[in-house]
Amino acid sequence: MSNFLTGQLMAAGGENEPMPSVLAVPIDELVVGLLAFFIVFGVLAKVALPKIREALAARTDAIEGGLRKAEEAQAEAQRALEEYRAALASAREEAAAIRTQAQADRAAIVEEARNEARAAAAAVTAQAEAQLAAERAQATSQLTRQVGEVAVALAGKVVGQTLTDDARVKATVDSFLADLESQVAQREAGR
Amino acid sequence: MSLVAAGSLECKFENAANPCGFPAAGSEIFFFDDLVSWNFLGTTVGINKVTILVAIAVVMVLGFFLYAFRRPQVVPKGAQNLGETGYLFIRDSIARDVIGKEGDKFVPLLFSFFFLVWSFNVLGIIPFAQFPITSVFAIPVAFALIVYFTWVPLGIYRQGFGGFFKGMLFPPGVPKPMYILLSPIEFISNIIVRPFTHAVRLFANMFAGHLLLATFSIAAYYLLSFTVIGLLGSVASFTMAVALTAFELLIQALQAYIFTLLTAVYISGALHAEH
Repeated sequence: MSNFLTGQLMAAGGENEPMPSVLAVPIDELVVGLLAFFIVFGVLAKVALPKIREALAARTDAIEGGLRKAEEAQAEAQRALEEYRAALASAREEAAAIRTQAQADRAAIVEEARNEARAAAAAVTAQAEAQLAAERAQATSQLTRQVGEVAVALAGKVVGQTLTDDARVKATVDSFLADLESQVAQREAGR
Repeated sequence: MSLVAAGSLECKFENAANPCGFPAAGSEIFFFDDLVSWNFLGTTVGINKVTILVAIAVVMVLGFFLYAFRRPQVVPKGAQNLGETGYLFIRDSIARDVIGKEGDKFVPLLFSFFFLVWSFNVLGIIPFAQFPITSVFAIPVAFALIVYFTWVPLGIYRQGFGGFFKGMLFPPGVPKPMYILLSPIEFISNIIVRPFTHAVRLFANMFAGHLLLATFSIAAYYLLSFTVIGLLGSVASFTMAVALTAFELLIQALQAYIFTLLTAVYISGALHAEH
């Protein structure tokens, strides 16, 4: 009396039973609907969906993990760069300090050398002056002594000869003076 | 009968009361005889087309997702990709958008509703099945009852009995005297009418769509005769049936979406007091 493919009751509203309302809710159909849902819900919630949830969580973790790794690498690189810059800056500071120190040292050394040279020069000068003074004193005393001796010799000579001969006296005095001069010149050259 | 019957020499439908009259599709196309039936605890229990289609839909939905998610890979392909699109749609566009950060807990419920309802609807345009199971009122009613008995206890559990009903019946920001008018309306609309409209919205859409498809399909066959009028009428009806089939494809997905979205909205309302 019914056809499965075309579906409907052929005797709709006809001989046997009155057509039920489309808004009727028969218990058996209700149970079919409830069963259908609970079977689908039970299997999906217990079996299928937890798997895909895990897979999605794993994917999220993988993506976030990759991002975190990249961030870490970047931070690491940044830190290395900072360290390098800091090292470079401190090296430069050190170099500048060394240079300044070297300049200061050089100035000090030069000053010291100059002072030493000055001191040495002063010492030499002082020594020379002292020696000069000593020699002069010596020469003076020697000259004084020799002038005395010469005077004595001259006097002896003058006394020993006759003073009448004016020409001889004159010659003696001249030769004495010449002697004296040559002696003085010799002394001068000896200095 | 004159224009149509003039070309066609035979009556296509036998009806004693109205020979050759148009056999417009009526509510009888939503009822099926039992194919097998037996006595169970004093009542007759049978299997008809609806039961079989429900079983097929359940098996198809479960079969697809069990297959698609059998060994999910981190990098998806094939069926997993397709199933995942569905899962992410439910999770992100419905659960998280409507319910918020607690939405993930309700994804299995929403997921089951969406794909079960959609597959029930789609059977309306699958050749040989050609019957949307959701146009049998008991099926949307069963689903709406599940939703109703989910969000009401959930609301009472989360907000307390008093808090739940206070939030529902006395929405804040309304002048006090208005509650005389407002509270009964809120009670009727939320507690009594809501599950009914939830079921009827789905049922009526599928019912009307199936009726339209049936009417134009019958007309295409009924009008077919080798006359100008017959050909025009038949071709127009057939075109209409095809266009409506495409339209139904849209409506089927849309109604499944709306049913699921409303489920999420009700659950969300139960979780968070209105303010």
